[in-house]
Amino acid sequence: MPTGVSWGRWPRTQQRIIPITHRFQPLPQAAPMLVFGNGRSYGDVCLNDGGTLLAARGLDRFIRFDTDSGVLECEAGVLISEIIALALPHGWFPPVTPGTALVTVGGAIANDVHGKNHHRAGTFGHHLLGFELRRSSGEILQCAPELNPDWFAASIGGLGLTGMIVSARLQLRRVPGAWIAGDSQRFGNLQEFFALAAQSDADYEYTAAWLDCAASGQRLGRGVFMRGNHVQHDAVPPRVRSLRFPLTPPVSPLNGLSVRLFNDLIFHRPAAQQTHALWHYQPFLYPLDSVLDWNRLYGPRGFFQYQCVLPPAAAGAALPEMLQLIARSRQGSFLVVLKQFGNLPSRGLLSFPRPGATLALDFPNRGEPTLRLLESLDVITRSAGGAVYPAKDARMSAQSFQQYFPAWRQLQDYIDPQFSSSFWRRVTGGW
Amino acid sequence: MQRILIVGATSAIAESTARRFAARGDALYLAGRSAERLQAIAADLKLRGAAQVDCFVIDARQFDRFAPLLQAASASLGGLDAALIAHGTLSDQAACQQSLELLREEFDVNAISVMALCGELANRFEAQGRGVIAVISSVAGDRGRQSNYVYGAAKAAVTAFTSGLRQRLYPKGVRVVTIKPGFVSTPMTAAFKKGALWATPDSVAADIVRAMDGGKAVIYTPGFWRPIMWIIRSVPETLFRRLKL
Repeated sequence: MPTGVSWGRWPRTQQRIIPITHRFQPLPQAAPMLVFGNGRSYGDVCLNDGGTLLAARGLDRFIRFDTDSGVLECEAGVLISEIIALALPHGWFPPVTPGTALVTVGGAIANDVHGKNHHRAGTFGHHLLGFELRRSSGEILQCAPELNPDWFAASIGGLGLTGMIVSARLQLRRVPGAWIAGDSQRFGNLQEFFALAAQSDADYEYTAAWLDCAASGQRLGRGVFMRGNHVQHDAVPPRVRSLRFPLTPPVSPLNGLSVRLFNDLIFHRPAAQQTHALWHYQPFLYPLDSVLDWNRLYGPRGFFQYQCVLPPAAAGAALPEMLQLIARSRQGSFLVVLKQFGNLPSRGLLSFPRPGATLALDFPNRGEPTLRLLESLDVITRSAGGAVYPAKDARMSAQSFQQYFPAWRQLQDYIDPQFSSSFWRRVTGGW
Repeated sequence: MQRILIVGATSAIAESTARRFAARGDALYLAGRSAERLQAIAADLKLRGAAQVDCFVIDARQFDRFAPLLQAASASLGGLDAALIAHGTLSDQAACQQSLELLREEFDVNAISVMALCGELANRFEAQGRGVIAVISSVAGDRGRQSNYVYGAAKAAVTAFTSGLRQRLYPKGVRVVTIKPGFVSTPMTAAFKKGALWATPDSVAADIVRAMDGGKAVIYTPGFWRPIMWIIRSVPETLFRRLKL
C-alpha cells in the first residue's frame, strides 16, 4: 500500500507525507502528525486526514541481536518478516505475531497486536524489554517495565499517539525449526468449538478456528479448528511464490453466493480434517501474505473488518446472536476467525485483548447497509461488555469506543501535543 | 568473500546494495558524511552477515582525502576487490540557474568528486591488475532536459568519464561498470504517486550486484530504461526542443 492508505482502503484521506529515513532525525514541526509504518492496520488508526504522516518504514535497521539470549534490538520500521529472516536460522522466532508478517515493530507495539498463541504468550507488549520514544518537544524517553513505566504502558496499544517509537528491544522465543505440526478438525457448532479450545490451549502453542459464517440453522457455528506447535523437520521449505493481486475490480466479486460457495468449499475440503498435519510456518501463520495486495479483491470502495472480544460469561449467548444476524443480512464475510484469548492481562492502557472469545470478520463496503450491520453487531458487543479492536476499525461510534476503552481519558495525559489521528478525532471528538 | 568500498553508503540504493553484499558475507568499508548514520548501517550490515564493516567519515568535496580514504579502506579490509561510488545530490535546477556558486557545487559533488575517486581507484586497481569500479550515474545523463539539466550534465560527465576509463583499464584486467538508474522509490520519494516506472532500491541493488559480479558494463536499472532512453536520445533536436520534459 502506498503511504497514506490503510489496509481496508477506507476511508480515503489526504495528508502531507514526510519520510523518516534514519533514527537520528528530529521530528518536524508539522502538527498534527502521526507515524505511518507499513499500512497494515485496517481502518483509520494509521491515517491523519488533513495532517501529516511520518513515513517511517525506512527505519529498518537491526541494532543488536544476541543469538544466545534471543534479545533483539531494532529500529521500529523493521517488519516481523524481516525479524524471522534474521532470527529463524539461529533458532529464534517472534514471540507473538499477527496474521500477517508484514507489520512493523512500531505498529505491533502501538496496536499491541496478538496472534494465535495469545492463550500462552499474551500480546506483543508482553515480550517488549523496552523502546525509545521520541517526542515532538525533542525529548527522548527510554521506556521499559521499570523505566518510565507509565509511558511504557501508555505507548503499548497507544495507537501511535504518545510520540514516535524509534526503536525497540524484544525477547524472541526459541523454536526448533521452521515447521509447525498439529492437526485440523471440523466442528459442528460453537459448543464444540469451546470444548476444542479448552482441551487444546494447554498443549498447543497456536490455536484458531475458521468459521462458516454463511451457515445458519442447524449448521450455525460450524467451522474448522486448527492447532499446532513448532517442530524440527528436515523437509525443504516450500518456495513461497508471491502473487500480486494486479488490479482493483470495479465491482467486488465477493457477494452472498460466492461467499457461500467459498465457505462450503473450505469446510468440506479434505484438509479440514487432518490428524497429523505439518505446515511450514508461512502458510500456517500467514496464509494471505503470499497474495500481495489481496485487499484489492474488495473493489474500489474497500472493506471493513470487524473484530470484537466477548467476555467468557457472555460469549456463549452473544456469538450465535452475531452469527445469526450476519447470516440473515446476507452480507456474509469471506474469512471469519474465532479464537479464545487467554487470561494474561495486557500491559497497555488501551490494549484490546482481554479474556474471552474474539471474532474477526470482514465485509465489503456496501455503504449504509454495511454500516448498519456493523452497528448492530456493536449493540451486541456493548451489551455483552466486550470491545472492538481499534486497529481494525473505521466506523465505531465515540460512545462505543469510550465504553470499550474507559482508560482513554488517562491516555490523553500522554498524547504528544503535536500528534493525532483520524481515528482519535473520530472517537474522542478531539482535534 | 569480496572486499568492497562503498562511497555514499547512507544513500538508499547504496544501503540496499550493501545488504546484498552483507547477505553473502562480503567485507565492507563505508564512506559517508554522517558518523552516526554510518555506524547504525554498519551494525545492521554485520547482523545481516557481513564479514567485517568499518566506516570513514568524509564529505565528497574533500578531494584531498580520497587517497587517505583508499589507503584506510585497503588497510582495514586487507586489500580492495571492488568499489561502488554512490554519492550524489539531486540538484535544484531552478536555483542552479541563478547561482554560479551552486552550479559549481553540484558539479563538485556529482561529477568532479566521482571522477577524482575513479582516478585514485583506477591507479590502485591498475597496479594490482584486477578490481571492479562501479559508478552510479543516471538516465538523466543520457540527454539534457530542461527540468534537470545541471544534474544531467554532471551525470553525463560521469558516464563519458567511466566510458573512457573502461577502455583504458580493459587491458589491465580492471572492470568499470556504469549504472544508470531510472526513478527509484526511496524514503525521499515516499510522497510521490508511483507509476509503473518506479523501481524499489532493492531491485536496483540486485541489478548493481549482478553487473559488478560480471554482467554488462553499462546497465540501465530497471532494464526497460534502455529502450526508453534510446527513444529519448533519438528524438530529433527540432522536435526535442519543443518538448516539456
